[in-house]
Amino acid sequence: MSTESKTFLYIFRGGRDMNEMSPEELQQNMDAWFAWMGELKGKGHFIGGEPLHDGGKVLRGKNGQSITDGPFAEGKEEVGGYLIVTARDLDEAAELAKGCPIFQNDGSVEVRPIQKMSADQKAA
Amino acid sequence: MDPEVNRLVDHLFRREAGKMVAMLARALGFDHLQLAEDAMQEALLKAVRTWGLGGVPRDPSAWLMRVAKNCALDVVRRETNFRRKEKELVAFFEQRPSTRPDTFRFEEEIRDDQLRLIFACCHPDLPPDAQVALTLKSLCGFGEKEIAAAFLSSEAAIAKRLVRARRKIRETPITLEIPVGEELAARLDAVLQTLYLLFNEGYKASHGDDLVRRDLCEEAIRLGEILVQHPAGNRPMTHALLALMLLNAARLAARADAEGNILLLAEQDRRLWDRAIMARGLEHFRRSAAGNELSEFHLQAGIAWCHCAAPTHEATDWRRILSLYDMLIEINRSPVVAINRAVAISHVHGPEAALDAIAAISPREVLEGYYLYHAVVAHLHSALGDLEAAAAGFRRALKLTALTSEQAFLRRRLAECSPSNQ
Repeated sequence: MSTESKTFLYIFRGGRDMNEMSPEELQQNMDAWFAWMGELKGKGHFIGGEPLHDGGKVLRGKNGQSITDGPFAEGKEEVGGYLIVTARDLDEAAELAKGCPIFQNDGSVEVRPIQKMSADQKAA
Repeated sequence: MDPEVNRLVDHLFRREAGKMVAMLARALGFDHLQLAEDAMQEALLKAVRTWGLGGVPRDPSAWLMRVAKNCALDVVRRETNFRRKEKELVAFFEQRPSTRPDTFRFEEEIRDDQLRLIFACCHPDLPPDAQVALTLKSLCGFGEKEIAAAFLSSEAAIAKRLVRARRKIRETPITLEIPVGEELAARLDAVLQTLYLLFNEGYKASHGDDLVRRDLCEEAIRLGEILVQHPAGNRPMTHALLALMLLNAARLAARADAEGNILLLAEQDRRLWDRAIMARGLEHFRRSAAGNELSEFHLQAGIAWCHCAAPTHEATDWRRILSLYDMLIEINRSPVVAINRAVAISHVHGPEAALDAIAAISPREVLEGYYLYHAVVAHLHSALGDLEAAAAGFRRALKLTALTSEQAFLRRRLAECSPSNQ
């Protein structure tokens, strides 16, 4: 097994509880995202990331024959985007995620260490 | 897209919200204003969900407008009894001469959309308080909480007001047209009155959150400028209203000191007056003189200009101000105008004459509950050396205001009346 896992994947779910917000409040929320992202970038943690469109297709079964539109997960569960960051360890990665504005809107961030496969493991 | 360039222009969402609603209301019809607002909200939510991670698009306005159109189409497709509108809507979006939002034509279109919506929101068939709330909600992108803060009202009360307005909109056939011919004058007058109300709500220092109030003034001016750019609204009266708003707004920053204490006109630092806004006001004032109409707006703009034109408080042309108030009171016999006129009288003919003028105001009952009345009377007494009467007046005024900055101001004046200060 690889020993070092220094890159992490943030998976954003939900955070859609904003229907009652006014345009001005939404803009403040936006600013909070910019501030958080800016900090990740400024401190060199940011590697990449993107938002996802709503919906898509889900393939299952043998040869992916069963294709459904979706995912139609509940708003709370739907993945809205991802981010890749570097951190010393899982604890630091989790700590960095705490500043994410998604928590103000009932969302969640899943932090997963990305496994780096070394060359010999790949060959095997 | 680069998440580096992440600072939105102040109030961008609010501004864009107003534009989106104006465009969508035109597409869907004024009776479906709520749908337009829903689509706008959805577009902004999408922006928040994607810009945070993906960065701000190169042209945020164009992005929002495109998404808002798609959201409107989604809404129409979702609602069964509305699906027939889909073709109509697609055709509407396609026949807009410009699909590229960076063009001059686009700006003009959006301005006309907003103008139509102004005329509709300020339709005389809607109750005045609903007109103001509706204008703030749909054209200025204010939330109910923000409208409530501006009017020192509860969110529930504002919501109720808006619900009533929307019901009325569904029952009354109000179209999104720029009125023409004989109808225009009356409709324009209604719009000007609403903008004036909006501005005054922001300008008067009697209540509310300071920042929200300044926003109200700015919005009233912004909508006035949209109005004046179109031939239908480009009238001397509109220029007079704009002049009065700008010439007063230019002096807003000097009205209080750094701690938020209200300052008398004589105490204000005139260097804080905004010369650029003043110049804009003066330009509209000049243009308001075309034609032979002399409205209340003209007179109030004239009074505001007299203050702007005085390099020092001592240099104020109070005689001219008084003559303008004399004309104003012929048009508007409100006791509030009469109180302000009394202040001008005190500068020209002395405090005694001013007290006489106040004694002659009728009806006087409304004044009793008005803190400014007691403060002005107290001020005149103190100028005459009757500190006891002055103190009594300031105390009465103190009881009538809930705003801390006003209370602090009155306490300061009250302290000046106590003998130990002499």
